[in-house]
Amino acid sequence: MFLFRLLLKNAFRHRLRTLLTMVGLVVAVSAYGLLRTIVDAWYAGAEASSSTRLITRSATSLTVPLPLAYAERLRAVDGVSRVSWSNWFGGIYITERNFFPQFAVDPATYLPLYPEFRLSEAERVAWQRDRKGVIVGARLAQKFGWKLGDNIPLRGTIYSGTWNFTLRGIYEGADASVDENQMLMHWGLINETVRARSGRGDYVGVFVVGIRDPNNAGVISERIDAQFRNSLAETLTETEKAFQLGFVSMSEAILVALQAVSYIIVIIIMAVMANTMAMTARERLAEYATLKALGFGPAFVVRLLFGESLLISLIGGLAGLLLTLPLAAAFANTAGSLFPVFRVSASTMALQLAAAFVVGVVAAAWPAWKMSRIDIVAGLRHVA
Amino acid sequence: MQESGPPLIRIRGLAKSYHRGEQDIAVLLDIDLDVMPGEFVALMGPSGSGKSTLLNLIAGIDKPSAGTIEIGGIDIATLGEGALADWRAANVGFIFQFYNLIPVLSAFENVELPLLLTGLSARQRRERVAQVLELVALSDRAEHLPSELSGGQQQRVAIARALVTDPTLIVADEPTGDLDRATGEEVLSLLEQLVDELGKTIVMVTHDPKAAARAGRMVHLEKGVLVDDLGP
Amino acid sequence: MNALPLSYIARNLRVRRVTTVLTAAGMALVVYVFATVLMMTEGIRATLVATGQPDNMIVLRKGAGAEINSGISRQQAAIIETLPGIAHDAGGRALASKEPVVLNNLPKRGSGKPSNVTLRGTGAAGLALRPQVQLVQGRMFRPGGSEVIAGRAVAAGFQGVDLGATLRFGGRDWVVVGLFDAGRSGFDSELWADAEQLMAAFRRQAVSSVIVKLADADRFEDLRQRIEDDPRLGLEAKREERFYAEQSEALANFIRILGTALAVIFSIGAVVGATITMFGAVASRVGEIGTLRALGFRRSAVLAAFLGESLLLSLLGGVAGVTAALAMQAVDVSTTNFATFAELAFQFRMTPAIAVQSMLFALLMGFVGGFVPAWRAARLKIVDCLRAA
Repeated sequence: MFLFRLLLKNAFRHRLRTLLTMVGLVVAVSAYGLLRTIVDAWYAGAEASSSTRLITRSATSLTVPLPLAYAERLRAVDGVSRVSWSNWFGGIYITERNFFPQFAVDPATYLPLYPEFRLSEAERVAWQRDRKGVIVGARLAQKFGWKLGDNIPLRGTIYSGTWNFTLRGIYEGADASVDENQMLMHWGLINETVRARSGRGDYVGVFVVGIRDPNNAGVISERIDAQFRNSLAETLTETEKAFQLGFVSMSEAILVALQAVSYIIVIIIMAVMANTMAMTARERLAEYATLKALGFGPAFVVRLLFGESLLISLIGGLAGLLLTLPLAAAFANTAGSLFPVFRVSASTMALQLAAAFVVGVVAAAWPAWKMSRIDIVAGLRHVA
Repeated sequence: MQESGPPLIRIRGLAKSYHRGEQDIAVLLDIDLDVMPGEFVALMGPSGSGKSTLLNLIAGIDKPSAGTIEIGGIDIATLGEGALADWRAANVGFIFQFYNLIPVLSAFENVELPLLLTGLSARQRRERVAQVLELVALSDRAEHLPSELSGGQQQRVAIARALVTDPTLIVADEPTGDLDRATGEEVLSLLEQLVDELGKTIVMVTHDPKAAARAGRMVHLEKGVLVDDLGP
Repeated sequence: MNALPLSYIARNLRVRRVTTVLTAAGMALVVYVFATVLMMTEGIRATLVATGQPDNMIVLRKGAGAEINSGISRQQAAIIETLPGIAHDAGGRALASKEPVVLNNLPKRGSGKPSNVTLRGTGAAGLALRPQVQLVQGRMFRPGGSEVIAGRAVAAGFQGVDLGATLRFGGRDWVVVGLFDAGRSGFDSELWADAEQLMAAFRRQAVSSVIVKLADADRFEDLRQRIEDDPRLGLEAKREERFYAEQSEALANFIRILGTALAVIFSIGAVVGATITMFGAVASRVGEIGTLRALGFRRSAVLAAFLGESLLLSLLGGVAGVTAALAMQAVDVSTTNFATFAELAFQFRMTPAIAVQSMLFALLMGFVGGFVPAWRAARLKIVDCLRAA
């Protein structure tokens, strides 16, 4: 206890310097946490995947459509429980900044595949009945203040023109990891319009394939792809998680950069703290020499320095960790539907504290080593 | 030392006190003092007597609470901070107990410092510095850093610095305080030389009676008042 | 001149070596991040700007935004070709290229993770419209065959795209018969095949875009109006340069905003370091300050000296940071461009403006960090300093 009190008093002997160091730590630790949380959020879609869903798309790329006719053949594949499909609509709601995902789906077959979208029976029926109806997630509805019955206009980019939809239902996610930022419309309406315009229709973006046993995911995927090999539209089937991760890897360069940068900030603050501890040690040279002369061994001096450094870094680190939470909330609000799920994970918090610990240790390492070896006489004579 | 003519330093009713929270602590009370040009004055007294404070006021690095300090006809108590700084640069040379040399500058550069406040060209400055270093017999150590010089040598550099702008007044605060007796003797001899040969006026604070004896006049202070003023 | 000499400032930094190095290193890292982000943005911009020709025009379906969202029917394309204002070649044919664009998902070299590559159907006309593209290995694809040529960045960045390799898409095998260099433009990240063959393989009746060369680059407006006002067409036309500039906006802005925000946050850490260092410097030289003031140096000289020390420190950090950022120019980066949904390869590009901005940022950090300590140093009373010495 004595040691702790001594450390605390020593740390605040030079109040301004200690406070400044702590400010730096708070900034560094919270920035580190925020960056990690951004990277985590990028992967959130993959984390929310279901192990009983596979995604079948064109082997060429996601932007090449598949014929609707494949649905029958997919249903017939051994191990498949249910098949539905989805087209990326890609419309703009007023401005590009209001981005949110929109999918044209077949309600009857799609909703059963996504049990985590909780929709009241009445709303489900209302949506089913209205070809121009859409359902949206609760977070999206809240963001734009939409209510049932509202007209929602979208400017199409892939499917050109202005489309008017009616809000028929608002779904809630079964747990916090579900994306409540989506809009689902009738595939039938889109297809009808496309066929009327170009004479060609019945194409889907991806098939969503429900399987009975998650352990068979790999085998069933191979089975499906084998069906369509050498045909006009070859397929690539993967688990929903792999599919989502595919999106993440497209931005891999950016993610790697963010992760690298999150460590750079820790290194910067390490340099700052090392400087602080070096200055502290230099000032107290005579004191340390006195302690040694009195009989305190070098280990005591080392403990003093490490103790003080860790005290400062852990207090600053804890403050930084606590600051991360409101920062993350603020970021989530501005980023909106870019990151549907934005949470500071437990492992991030653990890493933040670990980072603060490492900073405290590294900062004190060299001064502690130097001080433990000072010549008592030289130290006593030294006027800092 | 000139016997006749106006004094170089003319102090009347000088007082200085400090505020410590609610209290006013008086350090100097109603000092009257005249110093003639070419005098070598020692200010003496026990600790707390106010001798260092008096020196600081004469040197223009502190402001009095009351009274006048006329030096060379100018009441420096009325000068603003900027004007006072300029006045010091032109009129006062400083010698401190711990030499107060700038550690990162060589002996030459330390001596040159006051000249940077004048309008002299680099070549002119170099000449002046060389001159005064010659005077204190340290020309061969010009490029050394203070850490490479002994205490006595550092003090001689400080004396050279004090002389370089050719001030009329030299102010010394315990100049031999950090030196052994032999070296201290050398420094005191040098100071005597400045008075006798160059006509400088020196006001020196010291607690060493031997050092004081080398001065022409000893002024004693006690508890902020002049108690004794002994000439040769 | 009543200022303290530069040698005084510089030597004080050298004397406290460890502190100087640590503080400057912190600043260098911040400047490095700052400069690198700007270089990334500039690299993206430069790549996409190099992609467009000043006298080319690109026609897309109205509101499509990107080529992969756009569709232009054969009839519409035919109408465009006949419009006045389009340049013609020696044989009298309109210099127009009708191009279907498809994305092809390929595994990247190294990580093996798949990413989208732009697959463009074009022909001799397309090559003529893009003078920056030069075939460097192999040959151009033949009109009737299932052949592709690959841009430099695709061949380098993706697996299985070497000369002679076979790719599979649209139900067919395609052979890589040539490699081309597109002068560090966006086309370096593309695969090119014969337009007709591509459309046949993907069963498409429509192309994605039509690129034409203007007879007179200044008469762009006339042609644009003609196209956009025609109710039969439902198309929009842009200068090729502008189109590609817009394609870079979203990604470049994203990187610039994210990166600058990060650099500013980091700079807080570096400024804190500078402030601590300068407070330490002042504290250890209190006696010196008193001496200098006694000698006649004004408060402003003291302020300038310490501020100068902080600025010199940040100058060192800035130079180190910019130098490290310069080294990034040797690194090739590629990422998915939000606008096209396909990979875009680019470089980090240093410009004098970026170097200057980075140095100013460094100096700003030095100023902000050093100001309060320098101010406090200047405010000290002479007698207090001398007493403390």
